[in-house]
Amino acid sequence: MTTGQAEQTPFAFFTVAYLTRIGNQCARTLNELLKGLEECSDASIFHHTFQTLGSHHFLTEGFSNDFAQWVLASANRDELAEQLAALDIRDYLSIAELRNDLKRVVSGYCLRYPNYAGQEALEPFYFCESVEVTEPLGLTVNNLREFREGIGRLSHASFYFHFISSRLRLHLRTNDFSMWLENSLGLDTLANNVNRIDVYTNTLDSARGSLVRLIELEERKA
Amino acid sequence: MTATQILNRIPLEEYAPLLGEPEIAEMRSLAKPLRGKQVQMVNSTKVGGGVAEILNRLIPLAEELEIDIHWDVLQGGADFFEVTKAFHNALHGASYVSNSQDFGIFREYNRRNFDLVRQDAEFTIIHDPQPAGLIEARREKAGHWIWRCHIDLSHPNSAVWGFLQPYVAQFDGAIFSSPEFSRQLPVPQYLFYPSIDPLSEKNRDLDKEFIGSVLRQFEIDAQRPILTQISRFDRLKDPVGVIRAYRIVKRYYDCQLVLAGGGASDDPEGAIVLDEVRKEASGDPDIHILELPAWAPLEVNALQRASTVVIQKSLREGFGLTVAEALWKRKPVVASAVGGIPTQVIHKHTGLLAHSVEGTAYQIRFLLSHPEIAKRLGEQGHKHVKENFLITQNLKNYLVLMLSLSRGN
Repeated sequence: MTTGQAEQTPFAFFTVAYLTRIGNQCARTLNELLKGLEECSDASIFHHTFQTLGSHHFLTEGFSNDFAQWVLASANRDELAEQLAALDIRDYLSIAELRNDLKRVVSGYCLRYPNYAGQEALEPFYFCESVEVTEPLGLTVNNLREFREGIGRLSHASFYFHFISSRLRLHLRTNDFSMWLENSLGLDTLANNVNRIDVYTNTLDSARGSLVRLIELEERKA
Repeated sequence: MTATQILNRIPLEEYAPLLGEPEIAEMRSLAKPLRGKQVQMVNSTKVGGGVAEILNRLIPLAEELEIDIHWDVLQGGADFFEVTKAFHNALHGASYVSNSQDFGIFREYNRRNFDLVRQDAEFTIIHDPQPAGLIEARREKAGHWIWRCHIDLSHPNSAVWGFLQPYVAQFDGAIFSSPEFSRQLPVPQYLFYPSIDPLSEKNRDLDKEFIGSVLRQFEIDAQRPILTQISRFDRLKDPVGVIRAYRIVKRYYDCQLVLAGGGASDDPEGAIVLDEVRKEASGDPDIHILELPAWAPLEVNALQRASTVVIQKSLREGFGLTVAEALWKRKPVVASAVGGIPTQVIHKHTGLLAHSVEGTAYQIRFLLSHPEIAKRLGEQGHKHVKENFLITQNLKNYLVLMLSLSRGN
């Protein structure tokens, strides 16, 4: 895969698809949610945070991960839901770091409100896992114009793969697009602006629109 | 044994205006490594029932992706189908007296169908319990075998599940429609949501004239708000609760209620429930109780599209695909937080959830007084269905499962 771009290499677009695997854990209370967060697989943390952001990419205004949504809609604990929703996956370069923060937030709340920690939610939370499959799209680009045209031809999943989940793969606070713009085309400012597009307040479509506009501005400069 | 005739051929490209060209191109990319691979789907009926309906669409779409896919139907006698119907009900939690003769009939018919198995298939997908015994025909070094369970196994009769579980445990994996419907099994379990076909008569776009004609046919006023619940006349769908919620709303809004469904003419309990519903509604000309024929997809489609708010106030629910149908039509939905509904209705994002008659009424009033929010929820609901609950996504799930298995994941 040429998504960790070396200098002057073309950019190869990939797509990703996820299979959801049902885990053997479920939580009916906040205490059980905390236990699940401690014991579930990394693929499960990924599924309920990174992947859910991709599969609900059209939602804005507060929806960020499955844990927050369950705490809000089923456990009815607004404050905790807000704290969980505030965790920004862009801040994390590994699932372990994200898991630690999820645990810290939930355990802190359970300690402060022990009466709520054991209360049964309306619906259980089922821990699932993502199984990832990637495929090349057979689309390779060499310059900014081709790159912009390629962006316009991507599915949501492909855009998500390069723009959001790439952080975990790269272990860097950036994304495949910014990496390539910086390393291969030497467009550091554009790369930085692209990386600042907010995936929480944008849908994937509007994030893509912002990216295309930034590229067009750069093209006009040339 | 007969391979099923495929009906309803719709080219994949016809989905492009709905999904976008990139999504279709992506599906072709995912299918590319699977070209020419042999896949066998086996169920127990050619026509009727949700599984046959899904396969009728899924198989031609997979063929378009150049997958060598075959659909075969298990042949059984009346005695076999009586047994499997009893199994089906028992797996849904109905009472069942353990009977070794039933188990013998199940084994015998599955054994008689062993020749149905295409031993050279790379992927064999067995749908539901009826053909699950075919796993015993699997030879060593055969391809991957997956059991697709379309039913809710959350509270199965222990005798029937105890009989079936050893068969299921021999598969390489099992697919369920909801985590809630699954069981503890020694094999990987996957989640495939049920799906709707956006090009079917129940979901395709309709012109305004047709929708108007359906409203006139049922004497529904198109000028006033229409609240609709589409469901069987079944107590678990709480039609009486819907009327009570409507009466609260009616104090504030001059609205109408449509309760439309089938299942009363051939179901003694359905007829009793319909009678209860009529009594509860008596004297209110704005409550329209429509007993539709068993399959009136265009009328259901038109009623959903004409609705101001769609309700699904179930007390218990399987997955509740009528919710997905309404969301696909960009309708604001107020629904109970039971079964598969919260997966479809993400509270305050793709619709509103409620837990009581009063809560249902309040959420409907809220939507009637905030049409801009109702519109946003409907739009987001449409996108949620597009992303997760369409037949094309179902096909994509199969592609990803097959890719994953063939790569040893």
